[in-house]
Amino acid sequence: MTTVQTATGPAKTMVLNMGPQHPSTHGVLRVLLELDGETVVKTDVDIGYLHTGIEKTAEALTYSQTITITDRMDYLAPLSNNLVYCLAVEKLLGLEVPKRAQYIRVLLTELTRIGSHLVWLGTHAIDLGAMSVFLYCFREREDLLNIFEMVSGQRMMTSYFRIGGLALEPPTGWMDRVEKVVRTFPSRFDEYEDLLTKNRIWLARTQGVGLLTASDAIALGVSGPSLRGSGVDYDVRKYFPYSSYDEFDFQVPVRTEGDCYARYLCRVAEMRESLKIVRQAMEKIPSDGPIRADAPGIVAPQREKMKIEMEALIYHFKIYTEGFAPPPGEVYQRVESPRGELGCFLASDGSPKPYRMRIRAPSFVNLQALNKMVEGRLIADVIASIGTLDIVLGEIDR
Amino acid sequence: MTETPDLEKNPNVARIRAWRPEAISQLISFRGELTLVVPREHLRPLAEFLAGESDLAFSYLSDVTGVDRFPVEPRFELNYHLLSISRRDSLRLRVRLPGESPVIESVVPVWPTANWHEREIFDLFGMRFEGHPDLRRMLMPDDWEGYPLRKDYPVEGPR
Repeated sequence: MTTVQTATGPAKTMVLNMGPQHPSTHGVLRVLLELDGETVVKTDVDIGYLHTGIEKTAEALTYSQTITITDRMDYLAPLSNNLVYCLAVEKLLGLEVPKRAQYIRVLLTELTRIGSHLVWLGTHAIDLGAMSVFLYCFREREDLLNIFEMVSGQRMMTSYFRIGGLALEPPTGWMDRVEKVVRTFPSRFDEYEDLLTKNRIWLARTQGVGLLTASDAIALGVSGPSLRGSGVDYDVRKYFPYSSYDEFDFQVPVRTEGDCYARYLCRVAEMRESLKIVRQAMEKIPSDGPIRADAPGIVAPQREKMKIEMEALIYHFKIYTEGFAPPPGEVYQRVESPRGELGCFLASDGSPKPYRMRIRAPSFVNLQALNKMVEGRLIADVIASIGTLDIVLGEIDR
Repeated sequence: MTETPDLEKNPNVARIRAWRPEAISQLISFRGELTLVVPREHLRPLAEFLAGESDLAFSYLSDVTGVDRFPVEPRFELNYHLLSISRRDSLRLRVRLPGESPVIESVVPVWPTANWHEREIFDLFGMRFEGHPDLRRMLMPDDWEGYPLRKDYPVEGPR
């Protein structure tokens, strides 16, 4: 498909194809490596194997229908995707979401962050030869998926956040499950750290590997833990708070080393901070109150009202047949997904379908840094560097 | 979308006006987000100015987005979402490009992150970026015909 432009001439170097079917590319990623012996001269990343035209598809769906395809981009953090899209539409409409729904959104997206980081930790460790961490991480992730299934009916493709609030009232007893997670996870994180943080093989494979300076990271648009591992404290939750994040007390872990080990420490610390936020959210969430904004014609009416009110029945019919039409205009909404700045640009032309939906996928932008991280390094470091970027091909290719 | 004299008081706008008044052709405010419409030939100098001046410090380019306004002319639109990490400020630049020559100078020398964004827009919209180091198809196969995100390209694909 593409050829590497050789920098030192074809006689000395060889081109090695890695992927798209390679266990440590975390999806269908193809990397062409130009090698001088075992040293990487240049990399060329070839993406698009998972391109499904999600941005184009959104233009043919109504605003509400589009929520379901946002799940399929970053399939390890579907709720973050739901959130950025719903917030963008709500900004377009000028819609205020009830506090109860906002806190539940915060709680669930933070659980999503932990779940996503667990998959990252497990797969990154297995790439670098630590098998058991993977099994533990997936065991813990199951507890989180059970919570998502409990509230939304789905383990992964949740589509639980809706425009103006939430799809359903969470079932009774879900807080007990969350409470169990908050109670048991800190000691589980300690277990992972016991296995890795001072493990000499782990240190040898991650320390000083995949170096990225702060200025390079900013120039390349890197965000999320990958940026914070290079000493820049940019976190959307702190810089541009959304969904009441300004009411929560948490730290943003930052390391200055800029290597794979620093990013590992950042993510593990982030999981603990997420638990702190979850704990606060549990206290903040009122036991009852609306979970959807009161916006007739935009937010679906309550089932009971449809049986006694003519307007509710009409609105229900109109919302699910025609949809609703936001005023013409453009908005850009950013949230902090587990991978970094997840952005949603929405352009409305006053019709019930998005005129243009653009997703700024953090993995897509972060992957650009790969070349910088592995140039002049050994081929084994490529695996560590791809792992540490925490990419999800679903959102890269969209 | 209203244009009011108040928008001129925005410190970023005032700073640009003082530097080169003609670099902004229109100011749009919608839902609290400010958009600076920039004539095509001013984009690259303005990008260097915004990224280079220490009191502006828009060193982080979050996103570049293409929009096709077919059949309206000028047909294409590019939205640059800038971020200043040190000042916690954000800004949107918009450039409109005519349908018959959707060409603009690349901003890769200013923000290297634009490399893939511009490649993707070239791939899906067919806009071209002069001075881009590696303008190839990205998501679509190399031999693909047409530009899928254009409005005259059917959702089901070409028939």
